[in-house]
Amino acid sequence: MSSNSTITFSRRAFMRTSSLAGGGMLIGFNLFQACKPKAAPPVDLSQLNYNDFNAFIKIADNGAVTIFSPNPEIGQGVKTAMPMIIAEELDVAWKDVYVEQGKLDTENYQRQVAGGSQSIRFGWDALRQTGATAKLMLVKAAAARWGVDAAECTVSEGVITNAAGETLGYGDVVNEAALLEVPEVEQVALKDPKDYKIMGKSAVNVDIDKITTGKPLFGLDYKAEGMVYAALVRPPAFGKKLVSYDDSEARKMPGVIDVVKIGEKVRALLAEDPGFGSKISSSDKIAVIAETTWQAFKAKEAIKAEWEDDTTVESTKDHDQILMGLLDGKEFNTLRSDGNIEKAFAQSDEILERTYESPFLPHNCLEPMNFYAAVTDEKVHLVGPIQTPAWKAGLVAKMLGRDEKDIHLEMTRMGGGFGRRLFGDFVIEAAEVADAIRKPVKVVFTREDDMGIGVYRPAIKYRIKAGIKDGKINAYHLKEAAINDGMYGLIPNFFPAGAIENYQVDSATYDSNITTGAWRAPYTNFLASAEQSFFDELAELMEVDKIQLRLDLLDKVDPDADERIQYSPERMKEVIKVAVEKSGWGTKPSNVYQGFVNYYCHNSHVAEVADVEIENGEPVVKKVTCVVDCGIIVNPTGAANQAEGGVIDGVGHAMYGDFTFDGGSGHAQNFDRYRLIRMREVPEVETHFIKNEYSPTGLGEPTLPPAGGAIANAFKAATGKRLYQQPFTKNPELLKVPEKEIIG
Amino acid sequence: MPTYQIKVNGASKTVDVSEDTPVLWVLRDHLDLVGTKYGCGIGQCGACTIHLDGNAVRSCSLTLAQVDGKEITTIEGLSEDGSHPVQQAWKEVDVPQCGYCQAGQIMTASAFLENNPNPTEEEVKNAMHGNICRCASYTRIKKAVLTAAEQMD
Repeated sequence: MSSNSTITFSRRAFMRTSSLAGGGMLIGFNLFQACKPKAAPPVDLSQLNYNDFNAFIKIADNGAVTIFSPNPEIGQGVKTAMPMIIAEELDVAWKDVYVEQGKLDTENYQRQVAGGSQSIRFGWDALRQTGATAKLMLVKAAAARWGVDAAECTVSEGVITNAAGETLGYGDVVNEAALLEVPEVEQVALKDPKDYKIMGKSAVNVDIDKITTGKPLFGLDYKAEGMVYAALVRPPAFGKKLVSYDDSEARKMPGVIDVVKIGEKVRALLAEDPGFGSKISSSDKIAVIAETTWQAFKAKEAIKAEWEDDTTVESTKDHDQILMGLLDGKEFNTLRSDGNIEKAFAQSDEILERTYESPFLPHNCLEPMNFYAAVTDEKVHLVGPIQTPAWKAGLVAKMLGRDEKDIHLEMTRMGGGFGRRLFGDFVIEAAEVADAIRKPVKVVFTREDDMGIGVYRPAIKYRIKAGIKDGKINAYHLKEAAINDGMYGLIPNFFPAGAIENYQVDSATYDSNITTGAWRAPYTNFLASAEQSFFDELAELMEVDKIQLRLDLLDKVDPDADERIQYSPERMKEVIKVAVEKSGWGTKPSNVYQGFVNYYCHNSHVAEVADVEIENGEPVVKKVTCVVDCGIIVNPTGAANQAEGGVIDGVGHAMYGDFTFDGGSGHAQNFDRYRLIRMREVPEVETHFIKNEYSPTGLGEPTLPPAGGAIANAFKAATGKRLYQQPFTKNPELLKVPEKEIIG
Repeated sequence: MPTYQIKVNGASKTVDVSEDTPVLWVLRDHLDLVGTKYGCGIGQCGACTIHLDGNAVRSCSLTLAQVDGKEITTIEGLSEDGSHPVQQAWKEVDVPQCGYCQAGQIMTASAFLENNPNPTEEEVKNAMHGNICRCASYTRIKKAVLTAAEQMD
């Protein structure tokens, strides 16, 4: 049961070694794709080429281990956790391991593959295999020197010991090991998880010293010789396009170098490749180029631009009607259908139907979007925070009519991602500006650009209907009405799919010109809240225990009968059991009101319990107990940080997150009119991880979706009122405790 | 453009900038001190927090005229080597996720503890309420401030 992964590796497809010119061994390996058939790791470190391999390990002849990670951070901790997995199987002390980001400004540093939220899950086998293979080669080299069988040697923290008790360090034999053939996968033994020494023990974020002392790390911190700054005048609303502009005042302002119109190249690219953000505004934009960021920001304000309606300017009140109309209508795309819901509903004794509503949400990464670009006849150099570098490099090549090998893209640490930096509109903009002015330039979004005319989680409404017959749920119908795009992949097959005989999931979408995209835990970030509130209400109607209702449903699931069902009823029951125990469910004093949720997404199982107390007549979320089964925990401190952050992010957006449009314009442009959760509103979070030996699964997202439902259910317990609309603060009356309750 | 003399991290610096340039951008673009971050530009998020004569202030909303004759300290100057108790506590508690807001958090916390070395948990929450952490590492921020307070005792 140590691995439930089906990924298999051919060593020739993903690993090569070479001996370094200065001594030591270099291993090039691939996490996510096979390397080129003829690729070989270089003998000179300055020639590291991430186009051939996407990660490297260097073992120096003094025994020091350096892991060159080309996949930077968006805050999810992989830059620490991924090297820990290698170090574990390589069997070296964590303190002897250095993690290096692939260097900036090297000609050879090209496109990398971003791991996304599944980095650890997908990297798990490759990282362990690489560490273990290197270890075996080192042991073979030592055994050859001693003239003994490799099988008799043992390793601990980089020291090899033979049966006679003689020892050799990795550094002593690394030059010989580098000359050996890479052993076949079957020869390489992976550790039993019980023997882990590094994994399962907390390691502090590898960038901690740079973060706490303010060293340049992020895209916004990047500087290059001769670099200028650009701020873009963007349409004031979705659906508007530029007619004309007057830049005479702006050009007179201090530091202003140039003012250029861009947009033509993006439009040509979209015509050719609509796969990239066909909803992206096709309007021209005006780029103000200046010597400093502030000068560019100021001069941008001095541009007098005229806009006209291009497509319909849309408003939230129209969307509300449209989405409700979709839910009331009959035009759906059916994503899963079991049995016959219509027939079953006709036989139901009772029916519960509820509609749940969620708004658009900006991502609000604290580091505003930005990207550096320099275009010369020789190459196109791009640097900055982007989650999808290979895709964007390809688009830039296409847009500028360049050979893909001319595009050199480097990633920086990212000041938050949350899905926003998957989109990459800012990379395309920077390239178009740089091509127009032929100077190294960094495009910087103001917060107003970022929040006010950006990319959003789509507004979505769900309608859920359940039928009850003879005290059991006999039919379940989930309908989705979404702006632009609805739920995807296996989401329609998440719990309670498989547990109810007559079951159907339908989705309908409305094409809007407002740009939407993935937002942390796409779709499930609100779906979990809606469904789990519904279960709570269903249990009340059925007069059954809320947790027993869920356990009974799980008993009916046979995951082997349907390959689309990927959640495990057993693992789900376990997180429920532990959450009940750890949260003191049902045993709290009468002033503590609890809400329960269990959920599966991103291959992980989570249960959460929210504790609400009444303060000054209002319910306040005091604590969330969060139980997670995400398999083996590589780095406990990093894992707990992700889990806690996900819960608080989920509570914050469910409580306060709101973004509405009127005439195509967002109601907020900055944090003065957009509320994010802050310190005083943060509940205590108690996190428990289930200990098991399953391969690791997602953790950056799965604790967020249940949080909204857990607090909604706790609020109901406290106030007697159900919440159907996020954010929960939208209607303050629903968060008031009835008078008699306070007196009582 | 006018010339200003400002004192940053103990050194005197001369900058040529227009008078409306916020201190944030003087630090970042003119003095290459990029540890101080741009988040909102309107004093709402706290990412740009620096010390002015020891008090935590928002550098995005501060003009050069307002810092005349005063001492500016940025994250780069909080200690020579990252050894300030607040920086050490941030490491001990392993606070950051993305890390972008943390310089501002550390500057708010260090100025607060200077004035209130033995805070209650409530006081810490109030002091840190103005700094947004989008990754929501709030429980660790609170823990790190309390840890630093113990060490500064």
